[in-house]
Amino acid sequence: MQAHSSVSMALAGSGGAGVMTAGNMLLEAAAQAGYYGLMTRTSGPQIRGGEAAAMLRLSTFAGDGQDDAFQVLAAIDWQNVQRFAAELPLGPQSLVIGDPAQGEPPEVFRRSGARYAPVALKKLAAEVAGGWPNMVALGLLAALLGLPPAALEAAVRKSMKKGLEAGLAAARLGMAQAAALPQFALAAPPAAAPRWLITGNEAAGCGALRGGVRFVAAYPITPATELLEWLAPALGRVGGTLVQAEDELASINMALGASYGGVPALTATSGPGLSLMIESLGLGVAAEIPVVVVDVMRTGPSTGIATKSEQADLGTALYGLHGDAPHIVVAPNSIADCLAATEWAVGLAETLQVPAIVLSDQYFGQARAVVDAPGDAAPQRERLPVANGDNYRRYALTESGVSPMALPGARGTTYTADGLEHNEHGTPSSQASDHLAQMDKRARKLAQLDPGAAWASVEGDGDTALVTFGSCTGPAREALARNGNGVRLVSLRLLAPAQPERLKQALAGVKRVLVLEQNHSGQFLRYLRAEYELPGEVKSLRRPGPLPFRPEEIRAALGQWSRA
Amino acid sequence: MNALAEATLCAPKDFKSAIKPVWCPGCGDYSVLSAITKALAALNLRPENVAVVSGIGCSSRIPAYTACYGFHGVHGRALPVATGLKVARPDLTVLVASGDGDGYSIGGNHFLHACRRNVDLTYIVMDNHVYGMTKGQPSPTTEPGWSSKLAPGGTGLREFHPLVIALASGANFIARAYSGDPNGCAALLTEAVRHPGFSFVEVLSPCVTFRPEQREWKTLAHPAPVAPTDDPGRAARRLMTDDGFNIGVLYKGSRPPYTPTRGSAQTMEALECRFRL
Amino acid sequence: MPVPTLEDFMARAYGMELEAHERYSQFAEQLDTHNNREVAQMFGKLAKIEALHAKRILEEMGWPSMPALPPAYAWDTPEGPETAPQDAVHYLMQPYHALEIALRCEQQAQKFFEDIAAADVPPAVRAAALEMAGEEREHVQLVREWMKRVPPPPEGWDEDPDPPRMGE
Repeated sequence: MQAHSSVSMALAGSGGAGVMTAGNMLLEAAAQAGYYGLMTRTSGPQIRGGEAAAMLRLSTFAGDGQDDAFQVLAAIDWQNVQRFAAELPLGPQSLVIGDPAQGEPPEVFRRSGARYAPVALKKLAAEVAGGWPNMVALGLLAALLGLPPAALEAAVRKSMKKGLEAGLAAARLGMAQAAALPQFALAAPPAAAPRWLITGNEAAGCGALRGGVRFVAAYPITPATELLEWLAPALGRVGGTLVQAEDELASINMALGASYGGVPALTATSGPGLSLMIESLGLGVAAEIPVVVVDVMRTGPSTGIATKSEQADLGTALYGLHGDAPHIVVAPNSIADCLAATEWAVGLAETLQVPAIVLSDQYFGQARAVVDAPGDAAPQRERLPVANGDNYRRYALTESGVSPMALPGARGTTYTADGLEHNEHGTPSSQASDHLAQMDKRARKLAQLDPGAAWASVEGDGDTALVTFGSCTGPAREALARNGNGVRLVSLRLLAPAQPERLKQALAGVKRVLVLEQNHSGQFLRYLRAEYELPGEVKSLRRPGPLPFRPEEIRAALGQWSRA
Repeated sequence: MNALAEATLCAPKDFKSAIKPVWCPGCGDYSVLSAITKALAALNLRPENVAVVSGIGCSSRIPAYTACYGFHGVHGRALPVATGLKVARPDLTVLVASGDGDGYSIGGNHFLHACRRNVDLTYIVMDNHVYGMTKGQPSPTTEPGWSSKLAPGGTGLREFHPLVIALASGANFIARAYSGDPNGCAALLTEAVRHPGFSFVEVLSPCVTFRPEQREWKTLAHPAPVAPTDDPGRAARRLMTDDGFNIGVLYKGSRPPYTPTRGSAQTMEALECRFRL
Repeated sequence: MPVPTLEDFMARAYGMELEAHERYSQFAEQLDTHNNREVAQMFGKLAKIEALHAKRILEEMGWPSMPALPPAYAWDTPEGPETAPQDAVHYLMQPYHALEIALRCEQQAQKFFEDIAAADVPPAVRAAALEMAGEEREHVQLVREWMKRVPPPPEGWDEDPDPPRMGE
């Protein structure tokens, strides 16, 4: 029997079926068994009772991209599941499992050539008092993967309080059905190592706390809300505070106020919220106040598709502020990296006294994955204190551009932070010389930043390069792993200030550049063209949300080109 | 006076910076600035322990004219800045300064929620019934018949009643002052800062340039005929029938001020434990 | 307004002069910022004069630089009788206007002391009040003389062809 290094499974069902619960338990079971895993979700627009699918990928290697197709699609029922067809690609090697009592699988799934295996989930569940079909399906899927029953049991015990015994019994029944079906056993798990099971939103929250954030202002917005909700009790435990704001205009200004008071501050939002915050981000730039905004990007424009991912806020994040307002933009390129990138952004904001935007996205934010445990927390980066308060000038023209920042409560260094252009003392000024001096200062602050190796992930070698950022990195990595021919991957983590020299070095010898991004107009391509020199021939592989890139389409795009 | 007292006791002039205000001579805001410095001195505060937060407008220029830590933010957003600052730094005394446009128009939503949230702040709105800085447009407190370029013949809209709105939204202290009585204003501000929770002081502060007729406020402003009440129902009736010129403390509530929730202390390691496999 | 002792009366008188001095100083600064140098200088002079009056009271009473005044003592009026009202100034005002303001202030001060002298107060207070009233009468005269030497404001003194400039 063939052992798989990666198996993708989806469990679908409508209201009350509990597919998310079962999916989470399957992920937990795989994690307990020592595998890597990833779960994303999709659902209809109903608040409850809508059709939904838990989409899992279990593997022997770390990665947070989707595979090209799902090996198994199991459904408790088929109500409206065809809606997800585009997100659930199947092939002739795939297996579709359905309850014959719920009717035939929709045509779109049958068209794929996948095999169909009826399993009477509901009838089986009824054999256990208080048994549910989703638990039967869970046991079945776990067994198809070849997961040790102990791992599944541990996962079920961890998750279920009510009806535990019934749940276990139903799962065991499901496991027993697997023998009759084609198997998708996972190969042996990788060597044991410290790992975490975490979502991108939680990771970002963690990174914020590690970075020293102790004040968060929150206005809920899909898909950032969980980040804020995780931080609410967590902050309280480490001596910080979260305040719920009345809107995003309030949340960014609350964060600025707290930061002005000396407490590292953060807020999280999505595209529509970021748009509202733009004016006040400019205030942070002009008054030189550190603040971090995590933008968990979703499909736009406007209200867009709130529950789906896209990489289309790049223009806003980089260029949205009125006036010339240099600031930091950082993009994590994996779910685990949401922690490191946010921590880094906090440090940059604090040391450079400037707003930093973290471009996460819905895919990262709401996906739950097994990741390699992050290293120990680095020492927190702090803002430049006032050494000598005599004749204090808040916006003194220093060589680095960074001026010592007085904190309220300190005697002799009072000043007024101002969005108005000002002189070195902070007094409003309309003088050309003051404006130029302060503009130069604020630009110099960032231009002198040396991000080191953190500026990008540069992997592989070859004269073809794939340049991307954010959640496209996962499938890109996998495409390169399969590609064979040398392709260099450059996944930018620091988007602003741009690092043209570093990219030039990273692309030395490259003759072809494929720019990969998840948006319609090619925002990343335009940014690269504006800020960098791209060598040789440049092609764009792009698509707006909501569908993620899959390794094969990237590999194919690269392959075609090399052959030409 | 012993050395300790000398170290803490500041005179009003210690709260004024060297920066000369650019307000028109005759502007009511000069009196408000003077009143603020008197109040801060009377409260035995030190300039470095006071923060003055403002938005945009003539009255919002005030932070730089004080010797305190100041924050001159963007239009309408002073209250959230002050909220974040006070919650993060409860040791500071935080004053918020605004005008009728900044505070009641673009800042309207934040006004509602600041009253509701009841963080220990003192909100001073210098109301001159006009947008002064942008050359004379009607504000939410302008009378319906006042003609301007932007609304010839008047807006025809009934004025906002900010004191009623403050009461309905949960402000813990509501007062009206008049810049023509700077000492009275100072006394009201002193009481407002002392009172815990969100204290709202609307200061009638005439604009000599765009509303010269507001000189007559001298004759219209009068002490409120009744003592402040702590009964929201009674206060509501009074404020709904208020003539806009009752000077004094009109409502003094006893809502406990906002306190952030704190869980039991944990290390980062303990927090991260729940993710570990 | 109760004036039970001479000390109390002189403290009020001192406060009155001090407040008047502070207000004239503020006006001087405001008018200077608004490029009305002539009137700024005039208010500067008036401020100095009031400072002298205040200093004299300290010397007479043998008080140190800052007498122990009660923290807030209310006038019957919003501000001291000799304090020019905050809204009395105009950025284009003429020197004559400044003197008109000073005249009113001195007249109010005079009436203030006369009222005290006529009220039921201890003899020492009455005597001091009468003396102060006399001094203020002299000041009124001095201002009137000063006004004769200053041209009256021309027609259209407050006309400014330029509209107000926009701040932010």
